Amino acid sequence: MIGRFLLALVLAGGTLLAQAADPTAADRFDYGLVPQKIAENSWAFVGRTEDISRDNGGNIVNTAFVVTAEGVVVIDTGPSRRYGEQMRAAIARVTDRPVIRVFNTHQHPDHFLGNQSFSGVPMAALPAAQAGMREQGGAFADNMYRMAGDWLAGTEVTVADQAAQAGRLTIGGHEFELIALEGHTGGDLAIFDRTTGVLYAGDLIFLDRAPTTPHASITHWRAALDTLAALPVKRTLPGHGPVHDDRRGVVQTRDWLDWLDDTLNRAAMSGMDMAEVMVLPLPERFAQMPLARSEFERSVTHLYSRYEQQTLSTAAPSRLKQK
Amino acid sequence: MKQLLMALWLALGLGAAAGAADPLGSSRWPDLQREYAGNAPVTFDSRVEVLAPKVAEDSMNVPVTIKFRNLPDVKRVLVVADFNPIVKVLDYQPLLAQPGLSFRIKLQQASPIRALVQTGDGKWYAGGVWVDAAGGGCTAPSTGRSAPDWASTLNQVQARVFHDGQNQRVRLRIMHPMDTGLAPGIPAFYIEQLAVEDASGEAMLRMETFEPLSENPVFSFDLPDTGKAALRVVGRDNNGNRIDAMVQP
Repeated sequence: MIGRFLLALVLAGGTLLAQAADPTAADRFDYGLVPQKIAENSWAFVGRTEDISRDNGGNIVNTAFVVTAEGVVVIDTGPSRRYGEQMRAAIARVTDRPVIRVFNTHQHPDHFLGNQSFSGVPMAALPAAQAGMREQGGAFADNMYRMAGDWLAGTEVTVADQAAQAGRLTIGGHEFELIALEGHTGGDLAIFDRTTGVLYAGDLIFLDRAPTTPHASITHWRAALDTLAALPVKRTLPGHGPVHDDRRGVVQTRDWLDWLDDTLNRAAMSGMDMAEVMVLPLPERFAQMPLARSEFERSVTHLYSRYEQQTLSTAAPSRLKQK
Repeated sequence: MKQLLMALWLALGLGAAAGAADPLGSSRWPDLQREYAGNAPVTFDSRVEVLAPKVAEDSMNVPVTIKFRNLPDVKRVLVVADFNPIVKVLDYQPLLAQPGLSFRIKLQQASPIRALVQTGDGKWYAGGVWVDAAGGGCTAPSTGRSAPDWASTLNQVQARVFHDGQNQRVRLRIMHPMDTGLAPGIPAFYIEQLAVEDASGEAMLRMETFEPLSENPVFSFDLPDTGKAALRVVGRDNNGNRIDAMVQP
């Protein structure tokens, strides 16, 4: 046993030395954020369609900024303090105008843990999202740390300090429509820039990356997609996945939700248990979609108990004597 | 010095042997084998299947399905989670039941979940999977505790029987906090015994259950079809409260 420890120590020491000598180690926590211009005065940082890992540091999310005459409006701040700092630096390379507003589309950690790096700037989210950040932010940050490791170093939960109000809001010549929805979470803020026609959909829309459901209501989510589908949108930035000009995001997200609902319902009606449902085959159209299997497994944990509960009924107490 | 080296060599040798024997490579396995199989040989066998997610999305509710379809004459199934503070999850006697069962457990950290299956000739077979987890499932208070009326539904059974023409799948949910005793100020309070009986009162399956089972535990069993006859679910918790309900087909 002692021998094993010694060996482990020697190995660990060797690894540390190797890391210290590695010239790329300093760059390790560089997200490499490059803004992608998506419309006049409008840029997006498009993350990878992967799960959070020590390789990507949580850069699996889309964030954005709009340069208005008054200053910069930021939409979501990414998964960590470092991301927020690097996002600010990348914005400063595009414009010397100050960041004047931050919006968080919802309470999930990949969308708001960068808030810390924008402290002093008014930050708004829907009240349900503020509550979610307040109540669960610590656990979100812990879990992000567990998955992404030291990319999260120094990250502290900074809850959006203002309640976003639904309705039109003109900032520096851009007419934003703030749309209060729910479905992905209890408070999903979609932002439609009527000046450019860009819809910042948050996680109400996923494209070519399986949707996540830890706080989802499929019923409300479908209704929210109906609302978004009715807008005169020219270009959509989904919460995860590529920028697109057609209806693919809305259609695909809805298709996934319909399939998920139907699959869980059928499974419950046929008496399956959770671990059995998790290994059901995926339809061909989703088989190649990044994270389809793992998100389906997660969704079974999030949602299945509601479906199975509907199949169970209370059994009458026995009137027989126990042996 | 020579003795020390010898001890070291032995420790390393044993460690290596046990590590090679356990396909899940868990440092806890030699102890568990000693404790639960009495140091009898245990064969890791693909006929003992454990289905569970790779990552526990909810450490309070990790779904597990055990299957041992092609192993003859199974008398006993022990389910353990190596790195839980309370290792044993349940001790199951299938009796007349089809070879498999499903349930949910609490995980305190990433851990193997294993089924140790004993056949009539006394031999042990094992299967298992690693489940990664954020953890904490065993030291959190049960969520029902915060509801004022949890005691009024204590040991209530919710059920449904599904027929497939040959067997009947029985799904049960039993209302119980399943407190582990590891959350501050809340003593251990959990279901200890559970059986499903046929109309004549004969047990079709029986098990002992332990703290790591999830709150309001949900089970699935497959039993021979008993037609229109009701099934009776009986059991009790560690405070002596009885479970006793009739499940209609």
